[in-house]
Amino acid sequence: MRLVETGNHAAAHAVRLARVEVVSAYPITPQTQVVEEISRFIDEEGYDCEYIPVESEHSAMAAMIAAAAAGVRAFSATSSHGLAYMYELLHWAAGIRLPMVMANVNRALGPGWNIWCDHQDAMSARDTGWIQLYCSTHQEILDTVIQAYRISEDPSVFLPVMVCYDAFTMSHTYMQVDIPEQETVDRFLPPFRTSWRLDPRFPLTHGSVIYPQDYEETRYSIYQAHRAAREVIRRTAEEYRDIVGNYHGDLVETYFMEDAEHAVVAVGTLALEARVAAEELRGAGYPCGVVRIRSYRPFPFEELRELLGGMRTVVVLDRAVSFGLGGILASEVKAVLGGEGPRPVSLIAGLGGRDVPYTLIAERTEAAIRGELSGEEWPTLALNERHLVSLRGLKALWGGERA
Amino acid sequence: MRIKDFPEEELLLPGNAACQGCPSSMALRLALKALGRNTLLAVIASCTSVLQSPFPATAFDLPVLNMAFATGGATGSGLAAAVERLMKKGVYRERPTVLVWAGDGGTYDIGIQSLSGAAERNADFIYVCYNNEAYSNTGTQRSGATPYAAWTTNTVKGKREWRKDVAQIMVAHGIPYVATASLAYPTDLFEKFTRAKGIRGTRYIEILAPCPPGWKFPSGHTVKVARLAVQTGLWLLYEHREGITTYTAGTQRIIHGKARRLPVEEYLKAQGRFRHLFYPERDEERIAEIQRRVDRVFETLEFTHRLKQHIMDIEMLPPR
Repeated sequence: MRLVETGNHAAAHAVRLARVEVVSAYPITPQTQVVEEISRFIDEEGYDCEYIPVESEHSAMAAMIAAAAAGVRAFSATSSHGLAYMYELLHWAAGIRLPMVMANVNRALGPGWNIWCDHQDAMSARDTGWIQLYCSTHQEILDTVIQAYRISEDPSVFLPVMVCYDAFTMSHTYMQVDIPEQETVDRFLPPFRTSWRLDPRFPLTHGSVIYPQDYEETRYSIYQAHRAAREVIRRTAEEYRDIVGNYHGDLVETYFMEDAEHAVVAVGTLALEARVAAEELRGAGYPCGVVRIRSYRPFPFEELRELLGGMRTVVVLDRAVSFGLGGILASEVKAVLGGEGPRPVSLIAGLGGRDVPYTLIAERTEAAIRGELSGEEWPTLALNERHLVSLRGLKALWGGERA
Repeated sequence: MRIKDFPEEELLLPGNAACQGCPSSMALRLALKALGRNTLLAVIASCTSVLQSPFPATAFDLPVLNMAFATGGATGSGLAAAVERLMKKGVYRERPTVLVWAGDGGTYDIGIQSLSGAAERNADFIYVCYNNEAYSNTGTQRSGATPYAAWTTNTVKGKREWRKDVAQIMVAHGIPYVATASLAYPTDLFEKFTRAKGIRGTRYIEILAPCPPGWKFPSGHTVKVARLAVQTGLWLLYEHREGITTYTAGTQRIIHGKARRLPVEEYLKAQGRFRHLFYPERDEERIAEIQRRVDRVFETLEFTHRLKQHIMDIEMLPPR
């Protein structure tokens, strides 16, 4: 079935197709449509699912952990502050090794209040043990949510998966989405599998006090599961292509990289914008390609090393920043290259939903190719009089001019 | 029901890591006897997280999920939703009871939002607050349940505020069952759990849990202190169903005039946490304040009881 749908509704369709049994979520812009549509499926279209309209994101994640612990397939969706509010339980979910999937609509964090696209929310949660997959089209949201359950429930993984997509540019825009047949998805996705579940017939205690002699081993097992997940993500993408039909890359997706000498690295819709920029640059005689990171955790370091090692220029686009260090993705790409190959140029742009047009990406990439740009730049930054008012106010306050 | 009729099966095994005289382990033992083996237990961060023994040992002969501090209500909701699914699919032949076990810190303070949300949704589980009136697991700091004038490590001259009453807050949620219980009245406690088990929806049971190290009394006095709390009227035993509150056991006997209510002093004196009310000199003002509060509560309760008796007497008169 082919529909024109929002990114959020694509996620909701995927949840139904994955035969999710418990959904627990709390509304936050721009995620609301996901749960609105799921609850409509339940009320109007006979979708057989328990929907828990919890009173906070902290509770959303707690209820999801409990449901998965009892042995059912669980889903939640959130964004930005909601994800931040869950933070403690993100660790809990990964630490207790339960499969589950959550959609996170990437949005900026306050203050000031900003509901637009930014990757700071999910990237701040990168070390919680969750697998993080980033989408760039509506079709990919649908396909990735379904794939995420296969990855999450793989016996060598058993970790929660976060499916990320950009606020508004994806969540609220309409695109054509192929909704696969239920039987097709059923062939791809077997019923829920988990490493353990609460059962009165097998009385086991989970998550109790653990002393230093055993704790490190539990973390090592999560580390190992992430290593194993790389192969599982590749295999899952291929099997999905063979059974359902769509393919969006494995840990990365590349555009024009076959003969590229210059590469732009990005996630989400920025990578699609970069693809247009690369086409533009090719027209101007620069063999430029794009690497879109699909799996942010586990990080595709083998792929990136192979793809970027021989480049003459590498530009990394970041829609998030590690304060006190720099672009998050850029520092990770640098770490992967380890001083070999070109020194990546870091562009931090588009925070809080600021538009990053392909023309700008093309222009800055060209500057980088020509060697006019090195290190780090905030190309969309436009400090003006408005932004200096508060600084003037502070000076006045400190200078005692108001007293 | 008499104590000798309680099931012999122990679901909280001996040799665990509880302190001597631990009220939580006593309450768990009794509650689990009433609920039986077909139970899913969620333990919310509290002393009970510790008393079950560290990995890889466990004192529970039940499936147990340990969860974070502020998650009691949500954990119960998630388990209840999963049980609903698994019953539909026929994974469970008999519906298991979902039991959430939390302390007063996890209930009165950090977890009240989660509990209130679950109660409003009437999620199908039993929530137990074992109330030791402080953050005992972290070394006895004040909580929203700590009573007026009680010493804790961060109220060294005695708490300045009165405790709040979460059981009454749960009554205001309109859930199908709210009860309070005491370790000194085990049959009353057992019967309340048995009744709760037979009801669907959110059920809230709060057990006063005198904590020997936190309240500073000898570890053999847990039951004695629990009994004094009821006998002095500082802890009320009741259950609330379908809009009607019924006082039970020791509290009922006082209201019905069948037992004398003891002065609060006897309860306060039994615990080191109120020592500053008596040594180096008596703090008449604060002792009297506590007594006045209890007296006012019982004046109302006794008046209501007498009024009800009176109305019943009138209705029983032959028509004129």
